[in-house]
This record gives sequence, C-alpha cells and structure tokens, in this order.
Amino acid sequence: MEQEKQKAALNLSLVMGDNALILGHRLSEWCGHGPILEQDIALSNIALDLIGQARLWLSHAGKLQGGKSEDDLAYHRDVFDFHNFQMVETPNGHWGKTLLRQFLYDAWHHAMLQKLVLAQDEDIAGIARKSLKEVNYHLRWSSEWVIRLGDGTEESAAKMQDAYADVWPYVGELLQKDFWLKELDQWIPGFTADEILAQWWKTVREVFSQANLPAEPMDWLYRKGHLGHHTEHLGFILAEMQFLPRAYPDATW
Amino acid sequence: MSNQNWPLFEVFIRSKNGLSHKHVGSLHAADAAMAIENARDVYCRRNEGVSIWVVPSTQIVASDPEDAEALYEPAKDKIYRHPTFYTVPDEVGHM
Amino acid sequence: METTALEHRFNQKIEREEKIEPKDWMPEDYRKNNIRQISQHAHSEIVGMLPEANWITRAPSLRRKVALLAKVQDEAGHGLYLYSAAETLGTDREEMIDDLHSGKAKYSSIFNYPTTTWADIGAIGWLVDGAAITNQVALCRTSYGPYARAMVKICKEESFHQRQGYEIMCAMAFGTPEQKAMAQDALNRWWWPSLMMFGPTDGDSVHSQKSMDWKIKRYSNDELRQEFVDKTVAQAEYLGLTIPDPDLTYNDETGHYSFGEIDWKEFYQVISGNGPCNKERIEARRKAHEDGAWVREAANAFAQKRANQQVA
Repeated sequence: MEQEKQKAALNLSLVMGDNALILGHRLSEWCGHGPILEQDIALSNIALDLIGQARLWLSHAGKLQGGKSEDDLAYHRDVFDFHNFQMVETPNGHWGKTLLRQFLYDAWHHAMLQKLVLAQDEDIAGIARKSLKEVNYHLRWSSEWVIRLGDGTEESAAKMQDAYADVWPYVGELLQKDFWLKELDQWIPGFTADEILAQWWKTVREVFSQANLPAEPMDWLYRKGHLGHHTEHLGFILAEMQFLPRAYPDATW
Repeated sequence: MSNQNWPLFEVFIRSKNGLSHKHVGSLHAADAAMAIENARDVYCRRNEGVSIWVVPSTQIVASDPEDAEALYEPAKDKIYRHPTFYTVPDEVGHM
Repeated sequence: METTALEHRFNQKIEREEKIEPKDWMPEDYRKNNIRQISQHAHSEIVGMLPEANWITRAPSLRRKVALLAKVQDEAGHGLYLYSAAETLGTDREEMIDDLHSGKAKYSSIFNYPTTTWADIGAIGWLVDGAAITNQVALCRTSYGPYARAMVKICKEESFHQRQGYEIMCAMAFGTPEQKAMAQDALNRWWWPSLMMFGPTDGDSVHSQKSMDWKIKRYSNDELRQEFVDKTVAQAEYLGLTIPDPDLTYNDETGHYSFGEIDWKEFYQVISGNGPCNKERIEARRKAHEDGAWVREAANAFAQKRANQQVA
C-alpha cells in the first residue's frame, strides 16, 4: 500500500512538474516578442511562476526517486519519460492560440490544485498551496484574454476560431479519469476525478459563452502524453532545452 | 488597422498599509481593469505594493507652473503657521 | 513672459540643480534632446532583450533559466519606464517605436552582436550591464525629473543583473577547460564592443557638449569609459581571463589603466546598420509589433464594447 501511494505521488509530481516545465518553456519563447510591452511582461511572469512550480514538483519527484535533482529530471530524461500533456508542448502559434491553450490548461490546473491542497502528504499540499495563489491569477488573466479576443474584432474572433480548431483536439487528455487521476481518489480525502472534470467544464463553458466559442465533445483516446506518448514537438523542445548539459556532461554551470 | 493604441494610465502604489499611494509611473492598457493588472505585472514584480490605483492620464488635472508665484509664494512668509514661530519657556519642556 | 526671460529662468534652475518637470517651460532643443536620448535608451532596453532571450530556452539549469528570464523581463520593464518618461515630453510610444523600426532612431550598437554560446550570457551580464550601470548611475542625477526617477528605479533593479552575469562567468572560468575556453572566447568578443558602449571620444561626440551644459549628461563619454575599465580589470584577473588588449597597462601616476585604441571604424559601421545582427534585431521587433496589431486592436474594440454596455 505504502509503495503504491509513493508511486502515485511520484506520478502526480511528474505530471504536474512536466506540464509546468514544458508550458513554461513555451511561454518563455514569447519573451521579447509579445504584442505590447505590458503583455510581454505579463506572460513572462506566468512563465516564471510555472518554471518555479516545475522546480518544486521535480525536486519532490527527484526525492521520491532516491535523491535526483530538479535538473537531473529536467535535463536528463528523454521524450518517453516526460509526463506532460500533449497540449502544452504544441507550438505557440499566434497570441490568441497561446492564450487559449493557457486558459484550457489553467482551468484544469486550478481545479486540480484546489483539490491537491487537501492532500495529507504535506509536501504535495505545500506545493499545491503555493501554486494555487499563482494559478488563481493565471486563470483570471487568461480567461479575460480569451473573452477579450473572442468578443473583440471580427478578425480576432476569426483567429480565436482557428485557435480553437488547433487546440481543442488536445483537451480530451486533460479529462480522462481512468488513468492516473483515479488513483488519487484513493489517497487524497475529498479528491474525486469527477469533480475536477466538472469544475473544468464549468469554467470553460462560462468563459466560452462570453468568447463566442463552442465547447464540443471531443475524441481523446489517442492522446497519452502523461504516459510518455508525445507529439513530435517535444523532442525538439528537449533538444533545445537539454543541449548544454548533454553536450558537456562533466560541466556544472 | 483602425485603432491599435492603448490609452495611457498613471499608476499609484501603496507600498504597505499605513502609507499613502504614491505615483510610480505610467503604462498603456485597453481599459482600467487591464491597467490594474498591467500595473501589478509591471510595477509590482518585487513586492512593491499592497494596493494599486490607476487613473487615465487624460483625467489628471494639473496646476500650471506659470502660476507658481501666485499659488505658492504667498505661503512662504506665513511663518506664524509653524511651531517654531512661538516661544515656550524652557522649563515647560517639549510641547 | 518673453522667451529670453523664460530661457534665463530655465538656465538658472539647471544651475541650481533643480529638476525640470514635464509642464515646466523648456527650450525646444532641450525637449528634443531629451526625447532623443530617453527614447534611444528605451529602444536599447527593448532590442537588448533579443540577444539574451535567445538563450532562455537553452539555459543549462532551471536556476539559470529563471534568473535569465527574470532579467530579460526586467529589461522590458525598463524600456517601459523609459518610454513613459519620454511620453511626458509630448511624444507617444507608438511614434517612438515607428522611429525605431524605420531606422530613424538609434539604439545601443552592442545589441547588434550575436550571442553564440552560453558564455555570452555571462559576458553580457558582466560587461554590457557593467558598462550600462556605469552610465546609468551617472544618469540618476540627470536634470529632467521623469528621466532621473526612471533611472533610479532602473539602477535599483539592475543591480542583480551584473552579479548574475559574473556568477555565470565564475562558474565557467573555474569549470572545465572547455568552459574556461568558452568564457575567454566570450570576453574576447565582448570586450571592445563594451568599451564602445560609452560612445565616441569626447572630441568626436556630436551631442555631448549641449547635453553636458543642460546636465542631461553629467560625465563625459571618456570619463565613464575610464571608470569602467578601471573597475573591470581586477574582475577579469580574478577569473583568470585575459582582456584582449595588449596595450592595457596600469599607470602608477594617474592611478588609472591606459588602454589601446578602439576600432572606431567598426563602431561607425555597426551604428550605421552594418553590424552582424542589425537586420535581424529590427526585423524581430517589427514582426512582434506587426503580429501584435490585431491583439491590441481587439483589446481596444472589446473595451469600447464593454464601456458602451455600461452606459446603455
């Protein structure tokens, strides 16, 4: 039982940590290229929050794996060992696509953290508490942007429809409860996968109704990023991210 | 493109409760709600504040420097408004 | 009041070290000179984000990654403070950005050099920020109030930038032989362009005298350059790296280092658009601005809609 619990905690830390790391990486690509200085700065703040959270989750995962460091996990695993959702590794596209992807992730992230703060495992509850403060703001900010662009000009509405077509096929993966999420039901009091999913749908429907976007049922079965099955994009992200530690294995930086 | 320029807002930050809001600079935002968030992201990256005011820059009414003489000079010789104008016997101590 | 009288009063203020504030009367040239210098400074911050942002996704540890991202983000903030200061003089940001994109406005030529290895991130923090701070500390006492206030804030925030860079250099200079070679290579490439950051020698500087008279500038280009060299040599020695200047010697009499001739031909070439990355830098800025046009427009349209709804 104890062993199973530890395995679930490790899995959870890797899913949360890898999602934060890879999404943070994508957002950091915007730095210096945003549509206006104020928003360049805003998005970098979110990237910093996410990479900060990734460090906490991966440090914890490393501890559970017998003393690996955050950098061991970030820089020395290959694609099949990463547990992030496929959605967060997809390319940024235009500002509207980045923000729609962000919103859909934030809605999930927020619902998850609200439950994870209840965990008896103090490490996990602690990271969740710290993250939740940040993600409260992320969700508010990305919701506002999705509404603003969805209900802005004709051009922006059309761009959001395109973004929806790009991103929506990836959301199913966030909503499957038959895999790792279900394990959590057993050891986090008050955690039920169903509630997370219901909360996600509620948030998304509220925002989408103001942004003039549909929320159609989606096919999701073949998206299994959290099990290490990724798109082609992740390999390129890792090639870039891990280049230095891989090229100079003896060096510390 | 018709209108891409966001209006300018002046930003005032209260650094901690007990102090007044202080002007820290300005920024652009599409509306007041966004200006508050932008101010949070731009001017509070290092724990600088606990409260933010934003005001559209066009709404600030300022005195004219040309009027400086009329506005501020007359106050200069009203020394009887200051405590040091009055003498209190040493024996009484601080008052 | 007559212009001569106004000018006289303005000059007296400058003389008394009183700051000039936005609504105060000022000579048209003073206004223009400030707009030029402040916007040029703002552009440098913004264009300066690009060579460093190059390496955010490739930073070799998560600690380095957050530090670099925070630093580049700070530069966006500093550009923003400076554009705001310039806007108090009656220009607007859009206009200044147009001038940058059209090539009419200049920015610090150092950012037209490429960042090819991770050591460049160390060298930029150490040398380029070091040179910038030398300049900026002097500017905290500049005569135009909003500019001076922006500089005070910027200097406070920048203090971590140079340390961040020097820490990277330390890790590499005391690391493996390959890392040390990488660090030396970066120093070789960034040293001279860093010295050029202070601008032409005093004799050749077009805007200097007037700027000095008006106390926009407080120290001459050569004075600041000397100060930078003097404080940097020991830092290079500590790292065990060699400054690529065979003429660099300490002068016991003056208490300063004397150094070799700067390649001014290169300086003017890079300024006039022929540096290694001029085109890429401006192109990247123009693309960001143009790609963002629909976003800014949509936000305005949405704000307008909501305002109308509230009225109705």
